[in-house]
Amino acid sequence: MDRNRTHRNRRRVLAWMHFFGLFIVMAIICIPGLWIVLNSFRPTVEIMAKPPVWVPSFTLDHYRAMFGGAGEGGVPVFHYFRNSLVVSVTSTVIAILIGMSGGYAFARYKFRFKGGIFVGLMLFRAVPGVALSLPLFIVFARVGIIDTHFGLILVYVAMNVPFTVWLTDGFFRQIPGELHEAAEIDGCTRWQAFWKVEFPVARSGVASAAIFAFLTSWNEFALASQLTRSTGSKTMPVGLLDFTAEFTINWGGMCALAVLMILPALILTFIVQKHLIAGLTFGGVKG
Amino acid sequence: MTEVSLRNVIKRYGTQQAVHGIDLEIENGEFVVLVGPSGCGKSTTLRMIAGLEAISDGEVSIGGRVVNDLPPRERNISMVFQNYALYPHMTVRENLGFSLTIAKRPEDEIVRAVDEAAGILGLDELMDRKPAALSGGQRQRVAMGRAIVRHPDVFLFDEPLSNLDAKLRSQMRVEIKKLHQKVDSTIIYVTHDQVEAMTLADRIVLMRDGRIEQVGTPLQLFEQPVNIFVAGFIGSPPMNQLAGTVEGDAISLGEVYVPIPSSVRGQLSNGQKVIFGFRADNLTPVGHGLREKGETTQLDLRVHLTEPLGTETLLFATLAGAEIQGKMLNPRPVAPGEDLTFNLMLDRCHVFDAATGNAIGRT
Ligand SMILES: Nc1ncnc2c1ncn2[C@@H]1O[C@H](COP(=O)(O)OP(=O)(O)O)[C@@H](O)[C@H]1O
Ligand SMILES: [Mg+2]
Repeated sequence: MDRNRTHRNRRRVLAWMHFFGLFIVMAIICIPGLWIVLNSFRPTVEIMAKPPVWVPSFTLDHYRAMFGGAGEGGVPVFHYFRNSLVVSVTSTVIAILIGMSGGYAFARYKFRFKGGIFVGLMLFRAVPGVALSLPLFIVFARVGIIDTHFGLILVYVAMNVPFTVWLTDGFFRQIPGELHEAAEIDGCTRWQAFWKVEFPVARSGVASAAIFAFLTSWNEFALASQLTRSTGSKTMPVGLLDFTAEFTINWGGMCALAVLMILPALILTFIVQKHLIAGLTFGGVKG
Repeated sequence: MTEVSLRNVIKRYGTQQAVHGIDLEIENGEFVVLVGPSGCGKSTTLRMIAGLEAISDGEVSIGGRVVNDLPPRERNISMVFQNYALYPHMTVRENLGFSLTIAKRPEDEIVRAVDEAAGILGLDELMDRKPAALSGGQRQRVAMGRAIVRHPDVFLFDEPLSNLDAKLRSQMRVEIKKLHQKVDSTIIYVTHDQVEAMTLADRIVLMRDGRIEQVGTPLQLFEQPVNIFVAGFIGSPPMNQLAGTVEGDAISLGEVYVPIPSSVRGQLSNGQKVIFGFRADNLTPVGHGLREKGETTQLDLRVHLTEPLGTETLLFATLAGAEIQGKMLNPRPVAPGEDLTFNLMLDRCHVFDAATGNAIGRT
């Protein structure tokens, strides 16, 4: 009886510690994001207050100003949003198409220098993007694609392809080769066997790769800030800088724009989360 | 009519040769089993017939048509894989109908063909499940169903039962045999299990190291093995094999002499090294054999171990320093260490040349 009770108590304590640990970790992850959201609804005085004000008053001033005219603190949000969307979606689609083909080739075919090429692709990822910004700037300026969607898409495709290759290679590798052989015997061409069998089976993996590629492009700042100048091509992360003047920073406006940036990414991730989880816990294929 | 024909078919992987020139004619409706130890090139041969593996040299024809350069989809074959290779994202119904869907057959025809196959294999209850929700035996059945839906010219099976437990395996063996009687198609079946080969085949092709050792009916391979390898591979328990020397009209197995069987008399030379082989069935204690008449000789042996199997008992003894097995029908209890007199049926014995391993009197 007594032993049972101590046992139960110990379990309860452990459960609470577990809960507390999780809470701390989640807080570390979430509070900055939450703070941004809260700040976007606060008057500037409250944002700057020391000590911080925890219970906010609520105002939509920053949003109103942001969408307002250029004179009273507005920024071309819709342009930035459109630029971000065009660049991210296009570069993701292209990177997935190229990367998936590459990943499939690495998983299924033998060719010369296979290992070397693979390592090379990964090494390419090791180069920090900022280090490339100056050379890219010079080359793009010469070629005349500076400050264009096309230039930025090119850069993001190059950035995302190696990672996509690596990720999809892993997924295709887990699909037994007999699957496409069975499809070919059932009457498919090699191409049909891929699209009708192997691609659907690896779908979650491809979706995961796409999310990663999209978020990378959507959030990228270092290169975009060098390669875009005008309203016609600046993406949202670069647009955030519009809120910094010579001596002041409009924190409220910045936070409001940041919220607009986070929202689509959040929604997209939410939509494909089922695939994402399925993709990350792949392996039910063998059976 | 010849359905499948292989002429001097060779497979090379780089510089290494895996299949060294296979010649084989398979009749329409025949059940042929390729059997042999693992790594002997059975799967490679099957996959060359299927079109999944390029043919390095030689010629494969199906239904009178050379198919060397045709992709699998143009060979009108079906294949059942060892790990079943069911499409995991499709239901059983979609799996079964996939080949017809690809061929753009009308919907009602697909439904009819799928239902028919499901009926034959007892899959009706499972049609809306995904493969992940099926047991091993059920997956096996779906894989077979997928193969029969298209009414192919030839069925190819690559070790389809080796992922199942022993009980299910013997059950599925019967189903495959029934299936063959029902659909009446040509079947080429690969296995490393000689029991499967013996029970299923119309004709067995026994392979070793990329070559065919012997082709024949199960009984031919069992009763007239052309060499030591075939003799040792087919049959359970394996054939007893004793090294010996020809001396006059007897074979000396060390201290024991046995008369030369009449079937090979005159084909042996004095002093020739031979291997003397006989099956446990043909070494029986006096009064406990199937057949006591005919060409026999008697041996006195001490039994040191018994394995009662119900209707018969396996007896282990030592003859000329080698472990051998005999069989007792209508068994009575035998104590270890008991001395028994055995009849050895000489007309069922095999003599192989020790140098080449080939059977004497059979070429
Ligand atoms: N892709 C390959 N590359 C090189 N050698 C191979 C390949 N596939 C099979 N082999 C070799 O060919 C031989 C026959 O293989 P396989 O046909 O799979 O044997 P089995 O099916 O009889 O067990 C083996 O020695 C194997 O190592
Ligand atoms: Mg094999």
